[in-house]
Amino acid sequence: MMSANPGKVTKLETGIQGFDAISNGGIPKGRTTLLAGTAGSSKTVFAVQFLSCGITLNDENCVFVTFEETPSDIRQNMLSFGWDIEQWESQGKWAFVDVSPRPEEVSILSGDFDLSALLARIEHAIKRVGASRVSIDSLGAIFSKFDDQHAVRSELLRISVALKKMGVTALITAERRYEYGDIARHGIEEFVADNVIILRNVLESESRRRTMEILKFRGTDHQKGEHPFSIVTDGGIVGVPLSTVELNHRSSHVRISSGTEKLDGMCGGGFFRDSIVLISGATGTGKTLMATSFIGGAAKDERALFFAFEESRNQLFRNAEGWGVDFAGMEADGRLKVVCVYPETTGLEEHLISMKRDIEEFKPTRIAVDSLSALERGSSTKGFREFVIGLTSFIKQQEIVGVFTSVTPSLMGGTSVTEAHISTITDTIILLRYVELFGEISRGIAVLKMRGSMHEREIREFIIDSSGMRVGNPFRNITGILSGNPQYHQTPESARLQEMFEDV
Amino acid sequence: MNRLSLKLFISGRSVRSDTALDNLHSALADHSPENIDLDVIDVLENPQAAEDDFILATPTLIKTAPLPVRRTIGDLSDRASLLRGLDLAGARNIEN
Repeated sequence: MMSANPGKVTKLETGIQGFDAISNGGIPKGRTTLLAGTAGSSKTVFAVQFLSCGITLNDENCVFVTFEETPSDIRQNMLSFGWDIEQWESQGKWAFVDVSPRPEEVSILSGDFDLSALLARIEHAIKRVGASRVSIDSLGAIFSKFDDQHAVRSELLRISVALKKMGVTALITAERRYEYGDIARHGIEEFVADNVIILRNVLESESRRRTMEILKFRGTDHQKGEHPFSIVTDGGIVGVPLSTVELNHRSSHVRISSGTEKLDGMCGGGFFRDSIVLISGATGTGKTLMATSFIGGAAKDERALFFAFEESRNQLFRNAEGWGVDFAGMEADGRLKVVCVYPETTGLEEHLISMKRDIEEFKPTRIAVDSLSALERGSSTKGFREFVIGLTSFIKQQEIVGVFTSVTPSLMGGTSVTEAHISTITDTIILLRYVELFGEISRGIAVLKMRGSMHEREIREFIIDSSGMRVGNPFRNITGILSGNPQYHQTPESARLQEMFEDV
Repeated sequence: MNRLSLKLFISGRSVRSDTALDNLHSALADHSPENIDLDVIDVLENPQAAEDDFILATPTLIKTAPLPVRRTIGDLSDRASLLRGLDLAGARNIEN
């Protein structure tokens, strides 16, 4: 019964970064797709961006049918995303069908009606500019104009059939009352049910999290689940497609210096060029210092990018100077870029997008993020995990070494929450620990894990002085450093071992 | 009496279009035809006119004069609403 290729659904690239990935190529071509979302979920931005990408990327002309905002409002609002609708209109690439409310004219209802005029206007506009993409924003508004919901529904069905007949790819937006519940109000999904996309704007841990989800694409495949996105100026919707991030990063055997010779030795010769290094330790154990010397260890032909989420620029430069790393000089040579941001200024999605932009623009070979824990504050577990996966996979594709710091809550021993979330993603984990011995605090350093390489198993002393960090000798005759309970053994280990195997 | 200027937007020569025209003529039976300007516009033939007047539904009757401009949507079978749309409701009450 099945033919070899039963009317295969082809897809039309929307040009919306991230969405084309989760939709495996865009929205079904020549069909109508419902875009549902609550108020403020960016339906209009999505609908406009779908058209603007058609014009700028594919040379496809567009019609925008607006039921809510006036064309002049839309022109003005969308200018901030870099979309000059007025210019496209004058070039005959974009046509509005304005069905926005006209408060100065009250309509009186008398008897039966149909929406033939609307359909005639849409068809006229499509023909006039030769449009292949149409957005209708939004359907809810038309239901509020008329009492006879049944008539409106059957008329909209007629319009969606007519759009299909004209071969255009249409996006129709509709309101939802709740983030999780009915697809849309007024039973709209009954007649445009083939393809449904849902935009959400959920309040999570006191911050907004925007996601897109493809609920269904009839007859064609797509990625499942909610995918985070963000709204940025000069770009609109930018998605963060996680499930499409493939683990196909090339593995490099090229090593680069950690900035400290002894640490390179502990790691079997340095960090791999496309790896993620996590430095975990309590406050004051020297994480920022380690990140600083890693950045300072950049060779003459390398560029380094430092994301500071804890300290101000001045603090960072002063500290670096104190440790013998010349940040100012590196920056003047164009080998260093320091980005200082308060984590709370914006959501994690926005941070990720702007960090990616910085990385793409500056093209560094080493990146330090100090600290991940600061970013984790005030974000949901899921959001944070998505952020880390998004960042690490991006970094690895660029053949960059990323050094992330993470704060452990207790001074002695313990692991950080951050660590638990991301330890499987990192290639190398370095622990910094306080060691209390004979009433003195010293620091210990250990390489806990190093993917694809030999590394030292000893815990060494870690000394901070005016020349920065120094890695000293291994602690001998001490156990329990990692658990935070160091015990000193009088007898050397070699002797103890011998005792164990002695016959009693 | 003031001149009455009307535009009636219809879609094709459908039953609904004819019903609207009949209902309109019947409501205006008391008026002498020379005081009425009626422009019947078919949106299928002239979609640009529908665009210019922001027409959404058919039939739509627009009274452009005397002011205020009023729009009446539907086949005009509800006489009371139609008379409100034509601002003739008050006049009719006096006649009665």
